[in-house]
Amino acid sequence: MELDSLYQQVILDHYKNPKHKNLNESYTAQVHHVNPSCGDEITLNIQVQAGKVAGISWDGVGCSISQASTSIMTELVLGKDIDSAFEILGEFTDLMQSKGTKSGDEEVLEDAVALAGVSKFPARIKCALLGWMAFKDAVLQSKDKLGE
Amino acid sequence: MSKKFDPVEVRKDFPIFSKVMRGNSGLVYLDSGATSQKPREVLDAEREFYEKNNAAVHRGSHLLAEEASAAYEGARQKVASFIGANVDDVIFTKSATESLNAIAYSLGNSKSGSRYEIKSGDRIVLSEMEHHANLIPWQQLAKRTGAELAWFDVDSNGRLDLSNASELINSRTKIVALTHQSNVLGTINPVSEIAAIAHKVGALFVLDGCQSVPHFPVNVQSLGIDFLAFSGHKAVGPTGVGVLWAKAEHLAGMEPFLFGGSMIESVTMTNATWAPAPRKFEAGVPNMAQAVGLGAAVDYLQKLGMANVAAHDEELTGYALEKFSALSGVRIIGPKDLKDRGAVISFVVDGIHPHDVGQVLDQYGVAVRTGHHCAWPLMKKFGITGTTRASFYLYNDFQDIDILIDSIDRAQKYFKV
Ligand SMILES: Cc1ncc(COP(=O)(O)O)c(C=O)c1O
Repeated sequence: MELDSLYQQVILDHYKNPKHKNLNESYTAQVHHVNPSCGDEITLNIQVQAGKVAGISWDGVGCSISQASTSIMTELVLGKDIDSAFEILGEFTDLMQSKGTKSGDEEVLEDAVALAGVSKFPARIKCALLGWMAFKDAVLQSKDKLGE
Repeated sequence: MSKKFDPVEVRKDFPIFSKVMRGNSGLVYLDSGATSQKPREVLDAEREFYEKNNAAVHRGSHLLAEEASAAYEGARQKVASFIGANVDDVIFTKSATESLNAIAYSLGNSKSGSRYEIKSGDRIVLSEMEHHANLIPWQQLAKRTGAELAWFDVDSNGRLDLSNASELINSRTKIVALTHQSNVLGTINPVSEIAAIAHKVGALFVLDGCQSVPHFPVNVQSLGIDFLAFSGHKAVGPTGVGVLWAKAEHLAGMEPFLFGGSMIESVTMTNATWAPAPRKFEAGVPNMAQAVGLGAAVDYLQKLGMANVAAHDEELTGYALEKFSALSGVRIIGPKDLKDRGAVISFVVDGIHPHDVGQVLDQYGVAVRTGHHCAWPLMKKFGITGTTRASFYLYNDFQDIDILIDSIDRAQKYFKV
């Protein structure tokens, strides 16, 4: 069934047990993003230290795709230096825009390749990107604050 | 009154129902609240206009210009008799959104001292169940003029709380703008009652008829309202055409909102005067083919009979409410009884986000709307981010509802809730 290509088990697992979904009080930047077409919201805190993502936490409401994607993203970027985190972000955005033609590089994207099927459902791409765009924004705001 | 129609026969008039959907299913279209599907008559009317009569209306001295003008004005006549209006009081816009903005901007353009002027300290009364299209134009008018916004609360059953109506609509109130039927809850509001309260204090009553005009008989005279806005595309008509109706005295007294060709009486380099309504409010070459299509849509609806459409809606809604009440883990947002309730059912499924519910339904060919339905404040009131919404119309039948109910069950199994 086509649905199974969208809702892989990994996604349903992250949806039921999201990672780092518990706002940490210390952060270098906090961002709040909404998806105006469906009303989903996310708050994301990030701690940038010595060019690395030293801490990331979030809270929010959204569909399984947005929640799982955010959860997977936090696992991927935590502890990475900003440049490699942005490479992963670039890879993931490409995958989302691939209209089902790419399966994603598992070396780079790990669990996030499970979201490849989303690219065949145009209405859901925004859901998958919600947390990632919040992450990008938070990093840029941290850089501004830290004067980097 | 004509005999009640058979939705399965009606469906044959709508080419889109031959479409094959995801999962190789037929189309179960439960999203008419967003936009309705179009019968062949409407598509043909639009095409025929372009093929046989196309010319700019009200200009030109050739045969085509005459035919185009006759077709366009003929459509206006059809719409007028559909809503019990005088033909000159019906204005074609591009949508209900434009109609509502036109009222707000026109009032905002009033000359100082005019009865239509909105000033600081004046009050505009709305409700918590308004579509953004009947909220934001008023918010903006209030910001521009210094008027204040006030609104009717919605209670937990999805009905307006009218207990404080006469305090809310006070002597400073200039406008009361309300939806006839909520696009989220299905609630039908007591329009005449509230319009009468508005008139007691000299306020104007604006009705958003987007969800009512396509679904049950609406007569502007008997409702006792001042303005009506609706969209053609929710009433089996084309996109790109909407209607603004207002009482003749208002159209005569109010300032126009869009300026340009066709809406003038005379023009110099420094000044202009306005043609009488409806042309005063129809600047530029209008959406002619779409208006003609809307004329055909109105013919189509009248052939079925609006009382029949309303009865059919009610039958489906009653059936669906009963089926929903038997589901576990599913909660209806809106009235659970049939009284003053239209063919829209919003619901939440415990443990499954509306977007995910909609996605599973799509796998079975069931088209519903998910999200906040352009009524964000209402979602906040109910403490939710969105709902799944099924809306019914003349081409739906009991089987569609059975498939919907089955698919909700499948979604619950899929997400193991
Ligand atoms: C109650 C209500 N008002 C206004 C609108 C706006 O209509 P349109 O987008 O056609 O201008 C809608 C359509 O969604 C509606 O349901």
